Amino acid sequence: MQEFSFIGTETPRPDAADKAAGKALYIHDLSRPGMLYGKIKFSEYAHARIKSIDTSRAEKLPGVRAVVTGYNTPEVRIGFIRDNFALKKDKVRQFRDEVAAVAAIDPEIAEEAVDLIHVEYEELPGVFSPEEALQEGAPLVHEVDVRGRPKTDNRVPVPWKFVSGDVEKAKEKAAYWAESHFETPLIQQSCMGTAGCIAEFDLQNNLLIHTKTQIPFLAQNDFNRALAALGLKGKNSRVIVPTLGGSFGTGLDTHGYEYIAILLAYKTGRPVKIILTREEEFTALSPRQPSKSHIIQGCDGEGKLLFRDIRMVLDNGAYTSWGATTPSVMMLPISSLYRVPNVFFETAIVYTNNTYCQAMRGYGNPQAAWALESNLDELAEKAGMDPYEFRRKNANIPNDITPMGLHITTCGLKECLDTVADKLQWREKRGRESGKARGVGMASLFHVGGSGRVYRSDGSGIILKLDDFGNVSVISGGIEMGQGFGVALCLATAEALGVTPDKVTVITGDTATCPWDVGTHASRGAFTSCNAAILASEKARKKIFELASEHFMSRVKSKMKKQKRKNPDFEIPDLDYERICDPTEFDMRENMLFLKEEPKNAYLRVSLGDILRAAHYKEQGTMVVTEAFYDPCNQMIDAKTCHGNLSATYIFGTQGAEVEVDLDTGQVKVLNFVAAHDVGQVLSRHAIRGQIYGGVVQGIGYALAEEYKTHKGKNLNPNFLDYKIFSAPDIDFPIEIECVETHDIEGPFGAKGVGEPGLVPTAPAIANAVYDAIGVRIKSLPITPEKVLKALRERT
Amino acid sequence: MKKEIHFRLNGYEVAAEVESHKMLLNVLREQFHLTGTKEGCGQGECGACTVLVDGLNVDSCLYPAFEVEGKSVTTIEGLVGEGNVLHPIQKAFVEGGGIQCGFCTPGMIMSAKALLDETPDPDEAEIKRGISGNLCRCTGYVQIIESIEKAKEFVQAESADETD
Repeated sequence: MQEFSFIGTETPRPDAADKAAGKALYIHDLSRPGMLYGKIKFSEYAHARIKSIDTSRAEKLPGVRAVVTGYNTPEVRIGFIRDNFALKKDKVRQFRDEVAAVAAIDPEIAEEAVDLIHVEYEELPGVFSPEEALQEGAPLVHEVDVRGRPKTDNRVPVPWKFVSGDVEKAKEKAAYWAESHFETPLIQQSCMGTAGCIAEFDLQNNLLIHTKTQIPFLAQNDFNRALAALGLKGKNSRVIVPTLGGSFGTGLDTHGYEYIAILLAYKTGRPVKIILTREEEFTALSPRQPSKSHIIQGCDGEGKLLFRDIRMVLDNGAYTSWGATTPSVMMLPISSLYRVPNVFFETAIVYTNNTYCQAMRGYGNPQAAWALESNLDELAEKAGMDPYEFRRKNANIPNDITPMGLHITTCGLKECLDTVADKLQWREKRGRESGKARGVGMASLFHVGGSGRVYRSDGSGIILKLDDFGNVSVISGGIEMGQGFGVALCLATAEALGVTPDKVTVITGDTATCPWDVGTHASRGAFTSCNAAILASEKARKKIFELASEHFMSRVKSKMKKQKRKNPDFEIPDLDYERICDPTEFDMRENMLFLKEEPKNAYLRVSLGDILRAAHYKEQGTMVVTEAFYDPCNQMIDAKTCHGNLSATYIFGTQGAEVEVDLDTGQVKVLNFVAAHDVGQVLSRHAIRGQIYGGVVQGIGYALAEEYKTHKGKNLNPNFLDYKIFSAPDIDFPIEIECVETHDIEGPFGAKGVGEPGLVPTAPAIANAVYDAIGVRIKSLPITPEKVLKALRERT
Repeated sequence: MKKEIHFRLNGYEVAAEVESHKMLLNVLREQFHLTGTKEGCGQGECGACTVLVDGLNVDSCLYPAFEVEGKSVTTIEGLVGEGNVLHPIQKAFVEGGGIQCGFCTPGMIMSAKALLDETPDPDEAEIKRGISGNLCRCTGYVQIIESIEKAKEFVQAESADETD
């Protein structure tokens, strides 16, 4: 296979030193001259009419510079179907509705002012589950749709349906089938750095906003729309993204607090900073979409999958955001994880007075995998087959087209399955340890690995700018959020261009200076930006070699003369110093240009900086700046049929767990965990290990511990004491990971995306292991001790 | 109520006028502009605000500023040596892949320092206990623990150099 200088190495991340020294600046650390502090007043009810808002006492508090409500600001509609508003008028539909906001000279005054705002409500009956919301005569969360037409029910007009083959016919032919109902809860992304922004206007009324986002250019578009609502149509927004304290999908939508900061900045003429407290991060940000799935899978007498029928009900919450589009990703494993010819998938998405959801790592895939992979084990049991053998029999293979029209090219699924089975000692343990309440289980994943065309453009731009010293700025519209985007881009650029990583500076996060990028989502960051960097590097090399053709030999001659001046005994070699080389004669590695024909010749070597200075400092001089815009060969899926080759390539993986269940407490203890992922090619070893380990631990949290609890729409556990994310001592078992490198031709140096898969199959792997251990299947997450004990009792 | 407090901060004697309700975290970030120490939860749950007070790692978000009178405080910035040289523990995190988004990192490193000052040769269980109060959402802790094991060696090597 190809030998790389930097790809696949343990080169440290370029941003690591500043972070270790406490020098990295997150949104919390930024300050702007004359800055005010904003604070939001949230609703006191899940569903109520707003009768009046009295802001007079707040306005009079010394230090307060503005108080805004939906009544004294222009209406700003937000969300992709525009059913949400920055500040609420007439009624509130969920506890996190923003009713008013304050800007003051310090955060404590702002907080005090918020308490002084008095809102009178008339409480309305609410609906807190899709079932309740769909009942005849249920109160309507939205009485009118976005066009003002009356609504007759609580259905969200974003229906998803996928059909392939004929599931009803297949049901008749099936020898075995398994039917079950599975549920997943609300989950909080729990970034260690909470969300926030600083909004300000310049004297031409253009907006500058520093904000936590993964989609700076889509946000620019959203904010420009908001400016139009303020009467500033044609004005521009500049979005600057500081160092992010994690994101995990929270940065994929624009949020109420951003629009409120913009309104306050406009009203006061000063920068306004809003930072969410940890409690607000829980209650006012959008969590992972919960799901309720009814699934039936069937196979023939030999265990070949025949059909998959899955119907989901999704609680949309009060407004529509990306949660309502998670089915577009769920469709990927539903139609294409393992080879299934007949598929039926339908969703009902319903408004309620609960919190609304948007994106979280995996974007629907973990929810789908929970149902698919738990149920697959049930089917394997019905068919009398070992679940590993069953998976292997139905595994995807390279160069195949799935029912959704996805073109699978590289596929390491069989290797992943085999690796997990081997490392877990599957044959020795499966079905043999239940006397000790121990068991093993596995589950696989299928996800996009070459981006996913969810918008009409799936592009990522790169600009390469070389300076006089051979340093390279690689300027990208993508976002580093801790996942290692920066190190991947640094190593890819160094490798492709022929310089060392220490000469590369990655610059991101400014819509005014960075090239357009649709956003860092769908595990696409490294895949698209590194591909663009490779294209831009090829252009740069071409330019550099053209310049070298003019300057190389004269620089060599100059070096020889300098050597002679230093050391009079030095004999200047007899070379043809007047020769004009052809550009194709050159190669460049580790900052040095040399002739391909004589790579070892110590005299015929000139540094990149030398060539660049020679080309720059002369009459009609030139500098090297190149660009590329990479938009992958993938398609948007058809709006009606949901068919289309969504990604340029796909990723696979299998995870497995050995668990032991305490029969007295119901506690599930993980003894061993293995993750095998088809990654195409490792780019940065530190980053890929971090992504997989981090994903696995989040996945185990999803399986065993995390649950955003609500009662009648109110969040009950908005803190880390009651919302349990794992700490170091909780990881008291080995986690072994294996990167299967399938060398995909579409990927940069063969790499495929790896940001999300780490937590996709984790929960079903654990549930399947629990079943092997104690013969009970928990079908709703998280798998708590209470649920295990209840299931054990019910079984006996 | 305001009071002037005097304490040692990253090796220097300092003074600050603070209000009674302020925590050490607020004073460090707002008055001394040392933004390396982070606020992750404000409730003593996540450890992002960890600093050393008289050598012990504490959650500065719950440490009343008045209580720091006469004591010695070390923040993440205080570990960087003269000439912008990273402390061996900081260097170990960089080389060990223990940093992703970096928000938990200052607190994690301060806890690691308190651990290694007390127990120069901790085993894996002791390392996990030492950082049990520092939450991380990105790494899954594996490369953090590996970085602290590397830090162990770097610190021991540095003190060996010094005694030579």
